Amino acid sequence: MTTKTTLRGALLATSALMISAGLAAAQDYSKYGIKEDVPGACSFASIDAKDYSGRTLNIITHAIPVIGEPSALHAQQFQELTGATVNVVHVPFGDLFQRIMIPFQTGQQAYDVLFFASLWLGDFNPYLAEVPQAYQEVSGMQSVTPTYKGVATWNGKMLNYTMDGDRHYLKYRSDVFSNPEMQALFKEKTGRDLTVPATWEEYNEVAAVFNNMDWDGDGAPNFGTAEVTKRDDLMFSAFISRVAAYAKHPDVKGGFFFDLETMEPLVNTPGWVKGLEMFVAAQASMPPGGTSFGLGDEIFSFGGGQALMSYSWDDAFIQAMQEDSPIRNKVAAAPLPGATEVWNRTTGQWDKFDTPNTAPYVTWGWSSAVASASENQDMAFDYLCFFGNEANTLADLQIGRFGVNPYREAHFDPAFYETELGWDVNTATTYTDTLKAIDGGKNQVFDLRVPGVGEFMSSLAAGVARAQSGEATAQEALDGVAAEWKAIVDRIGVDRVREAYANVVALEDK
Amino acid sequence: MYRQKYIFLLPGLLVLVAIILFPLLFTIRVSFSSWDVYNPGLNWIGGENYARLWEDARYWEALTRLSVLTVGTVLLQYTLGFALALLVWRDIAARRFFRVLFLVPMMTTPVVMSVIWRTIFHESLGPLNPILDAIGIGAQPWLSQAGHAFAAVMIVEVWQWTPFMFLLLLAGLLSLPNEPFLAARIDGAGPIRTFLSVTFPMMGAISVGAILIRLIEASKLMETVYVLTSGGPGTSTETTSYYIYIRGMRDFQIGYSASLSLTYLIVMSVALTLIAKALIRLMVKDRT
Repeated sequence: MTTKTTLRGALLATSALMISAGLAAAQDYSKYGIKEDVPGACSFASIDAKDYSGRTLNIITHAIPVIGEPSALHAQQFQELTGATVNVVHVPFGDLFQRIMIPFQTGQQAYDVLFFASLWLGDFNPYLAEVPQAYQEVSGMQSVTPTYKGVATWNGKMLNYTMDGDRHYLKYRSDVFSNPEMQALFKEKTGRDLTVPATWEEYNEVAAVFNNMDWDGDGAPNFGTAEVTKRDDLMFSAFISRVAAYAKHPDVKGGFFFDLETMEPLVNTPGWVKGLEMFVAAQASMPPGGTSFGLGDEIFSFGGGQALMSYSWDDAFIQAMQEDSPIRNKVAAAPLPGATEVWNRTTGQWDKFDTPNTAPYVTWGWSSAVASASENQDMAFDYLCFFGNEANTLADLQIGRFGVNPYREAHFDPAFYETELGWDVNTATTYTDTLKAIDGGKNQVFDLRVPGVGEFMSSLAAGVARAQSGEATAQEALDGVAAEWKAIVDRIGVDRVREAYANVVALEDK
Repeated sequence: MYRQKYIFLLPGLLVLVAIILFPLLFTIRVSFSSWDVYNPGLNWIGGENYARLWEDARYWEALTRLSVLTVGTVLLQYTLGFALALLVWRDIAARRFFRVLFLVPMMTTPVVMSVIWRTIFHESLGPLNPILDAIGIGAQPWLSQAGHAFAAVMIVEVWQWTPFMFLLLLAGLLSLPNEPFLAARIDGAGPIRTFLSVTFPMMGAISVGAILIRLIEASKLMETVYVLTSGGPGTSTETTSYYIYIRGMRDFQIGYSASLSLTYLIVMSVALTLIAKALIRLMVKDRT
């Protein structure tokens, strides 16, 4: 019997058990922190009906709390419900890649379930089991948006089990933008109305005007922008957000990081250079130390009310919306700013746009998978299915530190945030509208998911850091990155990188 | 009959081979392979990694930076450690309390202390800049300007490891014979003359030992940089160990990072041997 058949059988048996479980619907699972169980193949009742006594499931995940906490919590629940022994290994982010990769490369069967950054799929794909069709058809997975299904897919096979959705977007202080005094001040200084920045030039301008002044009246100075600027701390994602609008031309297909045909790096083309210049220029409007902010600093700077604007993942927004936050319901979300001039690498010219070009950046995102060498694939997929069931996900979405962010159609309903989390209408609506706009947006940019992505991004971050610190001009820094990228591609093999990169381009050019 | 002695040596030799020689030999073998994220395993690529290393400017810059950092911090640690040891060597009030107090930084975990120091240096939220402001010095860009970040790394290193110097030098001072000091006093030597002509020369051997131990440790500087600056701004605080960590663990270039490590080992072994010889010549009079 093949693994697939076993899995299908297991899932059918689950469905049958579900009926009996449904009959015993009186079972109360609220002690597990959920509002109510949602019937389905992965529900608490269905998993409760399974018996994995005497079997062991090994999980590797990130350190607590981000993803590490929910994976441990649901592992404990899974253990209680099924009788399995579940071991969870938590690893700091800097070690996670190699702790997964070394057992893969040396043929050890160390872990059944893996939690990792979705952009590592280009490296891990040869070692992962395809998500069985039966699991792809469960209700929770059916409602995953096409964008995040695409992120989970490699060469037409779904290898990641989707349990998170990430993207970059703009966050701003809605109370300041709607304050007549601040509007008048901005008009006086710039001659135009204060609006949510539609371009990166506007972003930098707004940040500069409201930098180093006490616009919230608490007696302490506030600042224009908080950004992730620290090398080796996910700064590359912030930089790509800055670049995308200038370098991702909506009419030019065939690659954002490389020209897919020639595999020539595009990182030192004028669009990228312009993005870096704007990134460097914004340093003047950052809080003290803002030029070495890691993600944690950015979260607390914007989320703590120090900065007027920011852009990155959900964390800072969720931090700002914590119940005890002084700026709760004083923030709003918007898509990343765009650019009115976009580099056209086909014609070698800047094209002008009346409506700013935008390029939604679907970046990072935690993901999970089952090792293809696992002898417990049935149990492993049941665990992931349980992790991502509707009841658990709705509970996890409400806890900011868990790092689980919207990825299903149902997660884009503002009513959920208003009723369950107490957000006001404007905050909830701008948040869900923004996520929907990114999810369904055209001209999307995805991470460079190719073998050796860590090396490419490490090289990029080092180059950007050189420009930030003044060690090199933007052009010099990115020329250096392009030379390194060429060397990396040559070492890996052009065809190998191209084949992998084609998966990314297929997502962008769809 | 005497051959039997080798049998008794065997367990110790086996342990030695297992824990020292095998990892070293394996690293040498790995350094001649292209083991990375896409080419797992021990293939043979000759000296390609070493040729690449030769042209890797970032590696050599990191090595130069590390040399400055190491020599600078160890000299400061030696000076401060010696001063503190002299302070509590003689009978002073609460001598035992101070001896324990001076050891506290060394007993803390480097990573945890680096996190604490990062918070102290934090330019928006940390306590240091408001204090500097209050005393009129003004806020400093501790982690966002190259020179300041370099100084911040040095401060943390000196703070953490001066107690080690203090401990060794105090032990040395306590073991000194009393007679030379009596003789100096009879000859009418003051405290400075006594220090220069008696204490310091007699501390030569232990000073060389303490400096060398710290140079070896400091040349592996990694945790402080990792936590405090991540090698930035730019590459201004990137040390060799941190660079090797990035290439090996982040970029997963196992073969290349092995060649970086071995080259680093050779360079440091040669450099430290030369430094040891020079220090012995300078500081140890009785070299028999």
